[in-house]
Amino acid sequence: MDWISLLKAFVVGGAICVVGQILIDKTKLTPARILVLFVTLGAILGGLGVYQYLVDFAGAGATVPLTGFGNNLAKGAIEGVKNSGLIGAFTGGIKNAAGGIAAAIFFGYIASLIAKPKMKKQ
Amino acid sequence: MNPLNTQKDYQNYVDQKSPNSPILKNCFNAFWVGGLICMIGQIIMNLCKARGFDEAMSGTIVSIILIGISAFLTGLNIFNRIGKFAGAGSLIPITGFANSIVAPAMEYKSEGYVMGVGGKMFTVAGPVLVFGISASILVGIIYLIFNTQGITLV
Amino acid sequence: MQKLGLQTIQFTSPPSITETASIVGPKEADGPLASYFDKCLEDEFWGESSWEKAESKIIKETASLAIGKSKIPTDQIDFCFAGDLLNQCISSSFGLRDLTIPFFGVFGACSTFVEGIGIASVFLDGGAGKNALCCASSHFCSAEKQFRFPLELGNQRPQSSQWTVTGAGCAVLSKDGTGPFVTHFTPGRIVDMGIKDANNMGAAMAPAALDTLITHFKDTNRNPSYYDVILTGDLGYVGKEILIELSQKQGYNIKSNYNDCGVLIFDKEKQDTHSGGSGCACCGTVFSGFLFHELKTKKYKKILLIATGALTNSTTSQQGETIPGIAHAISIEL
Repeated sequence: MDWISLLKAFVVGGAICVVGQILIDKTKLTPARILVLFVTLGAILGGLGVYQYLVDFAGAGATVPLTGFGNNLAKGAIEGVKNSGLIGAFTGGIKNAAGGIAAAIFFGYIASLIAKPKMKKQ
Repeated sequence: MNPLNTQKDYQNYVDQKSPNSPILKNCFNAFWVGGLICMIGQIIMNLCKARGFDEAMSGTIVSIILIGISAFLTGLNIFNRIGKFAGAGSLIPITGFANSIVAPAMEYKSEGYVMGVGGKMFTVAGPVLVFGISASILVGIIYLIFNTQGITLV
Repeated sequence: MQKLGLQTIQFTSPPSITETASIVGPKEADGPLASYFDKCLEDEFWGESSWEKAESKIIKETASLAIGKSKIPTDQIDFCFAGDLLNQCISSSFGLRDLTIPFFGVFGACSTFVEGIGIASVFLDGGAGKNALCCASSHFCSAEKQFRFPLELGNQRPQSSQWTVTGAGCAVLSKDGTGPFVTHFTPGRIVDMGIKDANNMGAAMAPAALDTLITHFKDTNRNPSYYDVILTGDLGYVGKEILIELSQKQGYNIKSNYNDCGVLIFDKEKQDTHSGGSGCACCGTVFSGFLFHELKTKKYKKILLIATGALTNSTTSQQGETIPGIAHAISIEL
C-alpha cells in the first residue's frame, strides 16, 4: 500500500472539510447552500484546469469532497466537447458523474423501502 | 442604550447574547472525520488501481462504494449522529451528498413512493445537481468557444 | 368581565381550571420534570405509521385523559379550543375529530395553549357555556420535517437553536369550580424586531414577551413581586436572559421569580438541547404537568404564564422575511 498517498488524502480532504466547517459556523449557511457552493466552486476550478493539480497531488483527498464532484462534471463536459462538440457539453458532465448520481438515487430508493426514520437522540 | 430602539440595535444585541458554536472543536472533528473518509476513498482507489482499473473508473468505484456506505449508515439511523459530531467532515465528502438524498427518501415515505420518495428525494440534494450540472455545461460551452479560437485555458 | 388599561381583560367570575393532563415523549421523560407528567411515551411513533398520526394520537389521548380526570361528562363540555404547529393545525383537528365537542382551531404558534385558555375564559365568563377544553400539541419529528430537515440528515444544530417538545397539554376550564382561577388575560400584540434566524427563536420572541409583560403590569397596576412565579413559554436560555435584561431596563426586576418552561423541561448539559425546549407542548405540558401540580398543592398561589410564539413558516423564512413574535399572558390565582 502507498502510505504517502493515504496521508496526502487525509490531510487535503480534512482541510477541505475544515473550510466547510468554518462556513457553517461563521455564516449560518444551510447544508444545501454549502453543498451547492462546493460543487459550483469545484466545477469552476475544474473548468479552469486548476483543480486537476490538487487531484494529482492528493488523489481521493481531492476527488471525494464535493468540489471533486464538481470538477468531475466540468472535466466530463470538456472531454465531451473535445469528442463531439456542443452536444458533448451537455452529455459529458453527467456521463462522468453518472455512477455516483445513479448510486445515490438507487440506494436512496432501497433505503426508503427497508428503513424507517428514527428520533434523533441528541 | 436601549437595544429595542431599532432592529439593527436589537440584532447586534442578540448577536452578543447568543452563544457561539465551539468552532475549534468543530473544525478539529471535521478535519479528522473528513480526512478519514477521504483516506478510506484513497485505500479503495489504490486497491482498484492495483487491479488494473484506470483513473476514471477507480474514481467512480470509490464514489459508488462511499455512497453505498453512507446510504447504509443513514438507513441504520447512524449517519445523523456522525453528522452531528463531524459537521462538514461528513457533509462535504460525497457521503454528505448521499445522506442528503437518502434522508428525505426515508422521511417522505409516509407520503407514498411516487410523490413522497420519488418526488421529495431531491429536496436537499437537488440544488447540487442543478448548479453542478449547469456549471459544467457552461464550462463545456466556454471551452468550446475559446478552444475553436485557438486559445487554451491554463 | 371588564377591560383594564390597554390590553388586559379582568374576569368578573374567574373561570376555574378544573383539571389538566399531559402526555410527553421519551426525551421529555428523561428530563427533570418527568414525574409530573401523566404519561411518558416509549417511542415517538406510538404505534402509528407517521409522525403526524402520532401527534394526533397524543393530543387525542391527552384530551380524553383530561376529560376523564375532570369527571365532567363529554356532552357537558361546550367548547374545545385546540392548536398545534403543523400546517392548518391538522394534529388538533385530526386528533379531536371524534370528540363531538364544538371545535375552534387556534393558531398562535407556541403561544397556542395560553391563547386557547384566554379565549375559553372569555367564553365562560361571558356566559356562553359552562365548561371548555383547551389543548395544544407539538412533536419534535413532525416539526423538524415541516420546518427544518428530514430526521436522518446529518446536520449540526446551532447553539442558539431549541428542541421542539414532543407531547400535548390539555386543560378543562369550568365556570364553576374550586380553582385555581384564571383572573386576567392579557392578549399580546405582534412584535417584530427584525430577527431572521430561525435557529434563534428565543431572541425573536423575547421583545413580544417583554411587551406583553410590561403591558400586563401597567394594566393591572401590579409589579413582578405580586406573583410567586412568572413563567414564559419557550424563550429558552437565550430569550430568557434577554427578557430579564430588557425588563430590568424598563424598571421591572423579574430576576428572582422568573423562569422559562423551555429551560425547565430539559437538562441542558445532559440532554444536549442547546437553548432549551420549544413548541406548543413546551408551555402546554409544563403547565399541565408541573405548574398545575404546584398550584394544587398550594406551593404557588399566584402565577403569570406568558406563552410566546414565533409567527413564521418555512416559506417566509426562505423568502428572507423576519420572524414576528407574539406573547399571550394569563394570571392564575388560587
